[in-house]
Formats: sequence, structure tokens, C-alpha cells
Amino acid sequence: MSGIGTGYDLSATTYSPDGKIFQTEYAQKAVDNSSTVLGLRCKDGVVLACEKLVLSKLLVEGSNRRIHNIDRHVGVAVAGLAPDGRMVANRAWDEAASYKRVYGEPIPGHVLCERVGSYAHMFNLYWSLRPYGATVLMAVYDKNGPALYAIDPSGSSLRYFGTAVGKGRQAAKNEIEKLKLSEMTCREAVIEAVKILHKVHDEDGKKFELEVSWICDETNKQHQRVPPELLTEAERQAKAALEDSDMDD
Amino acid sequence: MDANAPSTSAPVSMGTSIIAVTFNGGVILGADSRTSTGNYVANRVTDKITPLCDNVYTLRSGSAADTQAIAGYVQHFIAQHQAEEGDHVTVKTAANLVKMMAYNNKDIMQAGLIVAGFDKYGGGQVYSISLGGTITATPFSMSGSGSTYINGFCDKYWRENMSEEEAMDFVTRALRYAMTWDASSGGCIRTVTITAAGTKRQFIQGSLIQPTYGELPREQIVA
Repeated sequence: MSGIGTGYDLSATTYSPDGKIFQTEYAQKAVDNSSTVLGLRCKDGVVLACEKLVLSKLLVEGSNRRIHNIDRHVGVAVAGLAPDGRMVANRAWDEAASYKRVYGEPIPGHVLCERVGSYAHMFNLYWSLRPYGATVLMAVYDKNGPALYAIDPSGSSLRYFGTAVGKGRQAAKNEIEKLKLSEMTCREAVIEAVKILHKVHDEDGKKFELEVSWICDETNKQHQRVPPELLTEAERQAKAALEDSDMDD
Repeated sequence: MDANAPSTSAPVSMGTSIIAVTFNGGVILGADSRTSTGNYVANRVTDKITPLCDNVYTLRSGSAADTQAIAGYVQHFIAQHQAEEGDHVTVKTAANLVKMMAYNNKDIMQAGLIVAGFDKYGGGQVYSISLGGTITATPFSMSGSGSTYINGFCDKYWRENMSEEEAMDFVTRALRYAMTWDASSGGCIRTVTITAAGTKRQFIQGSLIQPTYGELPREQIVA
């Protein structure tokens, strides 16, 4: 656990002596403790995948939505505090809609990610507000091609080939680094993403659901949930892969 | 008061002939050069082709003041937009901004504009924005008071995928006829050609414009 900033961590407008803003770091911790979310940018599109822990048997399957549509060509997956993530996603939706109204065309990825980044950053500037406890992975397919962005609680927005956030991010990122994303299609990447999520899932015995979306040439450059047959096939392959590695032990 | 005396209180309007065409590789914008205040020609060498940004120009017809104001605002908005988007502003975006100005101020404006340019995503494009703020995308477009006289001509002689020379010939012929028959159009022909390589301005002075059938060539008019 990194340094507890006693006394310097009470507001987002106080620096610590070693130059940190602890409130932002604590917001980051909220993301680090959430269930794993990963994104993969392939040669023909982007895949987003969320591991969702099932907190209660009373919950209807598929509720607790973590992936949102921002515009036809943009989708986001949220990690961290779900309501915070929803606010950030709503702002992204607003920016995309107003850009379209004024400039007559879909918002480019690099513009939207900057706007969402500025928005999230604003909450790190004022004493009366708290930073959002959510990281948003944004999948875009615009006239410049597919792209994956991650906007974190500090407001920094970075562009990735592949990344993961949440509890299993270290293990997931190790797996992602092994993949040759630039040679993979989204269809193949969905299977890899599901395999990785199964692999890094904490074997607490807790049930978990998957929410996977993609945007690629196959979906006509529109952000959509992955079709159920593909998801079932991916889960089957993931479970088989786990059993294989178990047997190797 | 002499009824024929020029009235400087009449609105400055650009009774105009303007035309924009796409060709294989870009667009050509063409315009006449007459600005009239009633019967008085306020400017006989007007430049009605105004840049909105490096790769998009607009042709102005209607009230000179209104169209200059719109062009000024849109130049400003595009410059701001470039800071966020990067340098390559699309023709559609520029046209949309012009449309928003025309539509949102329709009750006080009298402006018909044609926005045309070249971008790497859609190639050469032409958008026409009429009085109420309607925007239409077409392969070629003409507007202004002189345009009515050349509707038939343009429909018959325009072809898809013309070369730059053919397109220039088409534009100058069309403007020539419009300027002959429309009293509010005349002077010289100005053109701007926009391609991937950049923009090029050309000017054909009035005396070099071929007379149409029935007109005397200029040299033979004895003072």
C-alpha cells in the first residue's frame, strides 16, 4: 500500500510535500479494486470486455450494465464506481451529440477522448468536488480507423493497443502483451479477451458474468454487443484452456 | 427627382452568377464580379470567392453584408475547430457551420452560399445553402440571379469525372452565358480550383470573355 498521506489527503486542492494529490490517488484505488475490464485494438476494430461479479442471486442476468453506447461509432466500458462511470459516459454522449450538431459529422476519437479527459480532470481542481472514481475505456472507429483510449480519474487520456484496469490488471496486461494484436481480427480477439478474463478471475468461487462488446468492419463500424453464439463459443474455449493448464500442473 | 438616378440607399446586393463543379480530382468555383446598388454598379471587379480555410472556399450571393458577415464568423469557428481537430477540416463541416448561421438567423438574413472544397476523406465536394438554411450536396451547383438562365445549359453539358480543363471550360462557358443575359451579373470571371495539391486562383478579364451570338465583339464598338 503506497504512503498514507495523513493531513495532506483531505481535499483535492492540497498537494502533499512529495508532490502528490492524494484524493486523485485514492480515486485511482477505487478503480484498482473493481473487477477487471480490458480493451484490445486489433487490425479491423476494437473489443471491450468486462468481468462482472454477480453480487446477488436476485439480480436479473445482464443488469448492472458496464458497457455503454456513446454514439454509433463509439462505445465505453467502465471500471470503478459504476455510478461515477455512468456520469462520465453521459458526458461523452453529450459531447458526441453536440459535436455532430455543430460540425455535421461524427466526433473523431482523439477529440472525444480529449474532451472527456478535460471533463474528468476538472473534478481534480476544486475543493467542492471529488474526482470520479472510474476509468473509462473508450472504443472508437472513426474516419481515421479504430482506436482504444483510456481516461482515468486524474483526467489523463492515453491511446492504447491493449490495456486492462481493475483487480486483475497486472495479470491481464501480461497476457495482452503476449498477443499479436495488429495481426488479429476482432472475432479472434473476442475469444482471447474472454480467455484472459477467465484466467485472471480470482477463484473465490464467486460467480461472474461477462459483458463483451466490439466495433469493427464486421459490425459495419458500429459499436455493438458481441453476438451470443460468439460469446458462448469464446467461453467454451476459455474453460477448455483453463482445464488444459490445470491438467499440466 | 430623376427616376433613373442611382439610389445609394438601395441595399447592396450581389445579383450574381456563381457556380461550383466537382471534377476528377477536385472542385472548381466560378463567379462573376458585379455588385449592384439598385442600378448602380458599386463594384465591377468584386471577388465573390471567399476562403473559409485552406481547402474550402465559399461563393457568396444575395446581400453582400450578410454573406461577408457569415463568412467572417465561419472563418473564426473553423480556426477554433482546427485547434481541436487538427488541420484537416472537412468540406462537410465547413458547410454545416455555414448552414447553422444561415438557418439560425433566417429571419434577418438574405444569403445564398455555395460551399465547395477538397478533403482527403471525400475528395471534391459541393454543398449549396439556400435562403432558409437548406443544405444540399450535389456534384455541381449554381446560384444567384444569373443561375436561372443557365439551368438548362448546365444540365445538358455537365458530365461526371471531367478533367480539370474540361471542368474549367464548362464553368467559364456557363458564367459567360449567365453574365450575358442577367443584368445584375457581369464584369470579369474569377475562378478558384481546389485539389489535393492546393488551391489556384484564375482571372479572365471582361474584354477577353468571348461574346455570345448577337453580341458585338468589344473591339468593334467605336466611341
